[in-house]
Amino acid sequence: MNGYIYYPGCSLKGNSKHYEESILPVFREIDMQLDELEDWNCCGATAYFSVDAGKAAAICGRNLSLAENLNKDIIAPCAGCYLTLKKSNKFLAGGTEKAQKILRALDKAGCSYSGQVDVKHPLEVLVQDQRLDKIKARVERPLKGLRVACYYGCQLVRPFTDFDDPDYPVSLDRLMAAIGAEPVDFSGKTRCCGGSLTGTIEEVGLRLNYILLKEAKRKGADVISTICPLCQFNLEILQDKMVKKYKDNITMPILYFSQLIGLAMGLPKEDMGFSRSIIDLKPLWEKIG
Amino acid sequence: MEIQRKVKYEEELDRQFLGLVKELSGCEEIDRCIQCGTCSSSCPMSVYMDYPPRKIIAMIKNGFKEEALKSFTIWLCPSCYTCQVRCPANIKITDVMYALKRMAIGERVYPARFAIPVLDKEMSKIIASNGRNSELWLILNLYLKSRKPWGLLKMAPLGLKLMKTGRMSLKKESIKNKEQLRTLLKALKEEA
Ligand code: SF4
Ligand code: SF4
Repeated sequence: MNGYIYYPGCSLKGNSKHYEESILPVFREIDMQLDELEDWNCCGATAYFSVDAGKAAAICGRNLSLAENLNKDIIAPCAGCYLTLKKSNKFLAGGTEKAQKILRALDKAGCSYSGQVDVKHPLEVLVQDQRLDKIKARVERPLKGLRVACYYGCQLVRPFTDFDDPDYPVSLDRLMAAIGAEPVDFSGKTRCCGGSLTGTIEEVGLRLNYILLKEAKRKGADVISTICPLCQFNLEILQDKMVKKYKDNITMPILYFSQLIGLAMGLPKEDMGFSRSIIDLKPLWEKIG
Repeated sequence: MEIQRKVKYEEELDRQFLGLVKELSGCEEIDRCIQCGTCSSSCPMSVYMDYPPRKIIAMIKNGFKEEALKSFTIWLCPSCYTCQVRCPANIKITDVMYALKRMAIGERVYPARFAIPVLDKEMSKIIASNGRNSELWLILNLYLKSRKPWGLLKMAPLGLKLMKTGRMSLKKESIKNKEQLRTLLKALKEEA
């Protein structure tokens, strides 16, 4: 394949616009223009696979086919999309009777797919092929003294862990160190945020995220750096409820890793979606000036 | 005190269940489970589950179909894949959970008015017809269908914050080529 195409997924057009607003400029800074995949459809997330696995893989197949026509590999910043597209890709390549049926249906709908596309997460792309050096060279304002808890969540590192460890990954920590920040030893880094549970059974979602925030606080983190819209959302939106319920001030900004990289590169703050933070960022600005 | 039987007699078990789950999950290794408990001790949700993952696997092996399909366990699993990457017998436990969710929806035996399967179904419907999800509309459907409209009131302050920061839109998202999506899903039906 010849280069990458950007698959935003629904979240980056919805509640995580600031992820899109920061990831695209960061890639531009290292000379990678990411164009959006034309007329992409939703990946179906965990929901569609819980209802109908065949349809779930088929709608992912349409996206893969669109990218294949352009001769591009996919970059998917949402860990949910990343996993779902990767999982469907693997399934469609499996040669099973079920996979054959889906490939035939794709063919009939005018979006045939021959399995050439690779699905990548931006974190993976940024730490590979000497791009880390390129980023380092672009840093104008190292985030000195900023203690960052790197949160990977689940679906980026499991079950398809071809670029990092499923339990104790380090690529994001390396990246944060490269921009001058100080990664803390965050033992919750791959513990689940509960996914959509915060919306369905709030009590459980609250506790899962409280465990993560408490651990980050205990390690002296100033901010949690995330790579997934659902994780970002879950860790951020319930903080005021947690403070009340557990009588523990775990308030902390939850920022996308790309926002922090952009900041270190000296890109204008206003363009990186910081105003979309629900948590007050004043302590952060005071710390890094 | 009345003594009640807690375990099923052999003739009450479903002998077809194991084979069916293997087929639907694509995981052939289920009978290799050594009941080591690695899955249950790794699972961040087991403290909330009625049967932790190790028990679910044992129940599948032995034909406790009704109990497995009606459990809260399968809906509490947000697919974190921790159990799956750690299982020494290579059992794809997360995929097995997915297969059970699909069977429970297919047989309509999931807990009534429980928000999680409702969310999964509503979201799938929105995607099948529009090609994209719309967060706000999904939430509205969820509360209407799980018949807890008052839940919306509790969500209002959050919705306001998201509106203020431009993170929630009222627009119904959709792809351009909906026709292709329809053809694809229809063609898939014909293949089945
Ligand atoms: S980890 Fe695997 S082998 Fe061990 S109890 Fe769970 S399913 Fe069985
Ligand atoms: S995938 Fe599900 S069952 Fe497995 S550890 Fe995660 S929550 Fe538990």
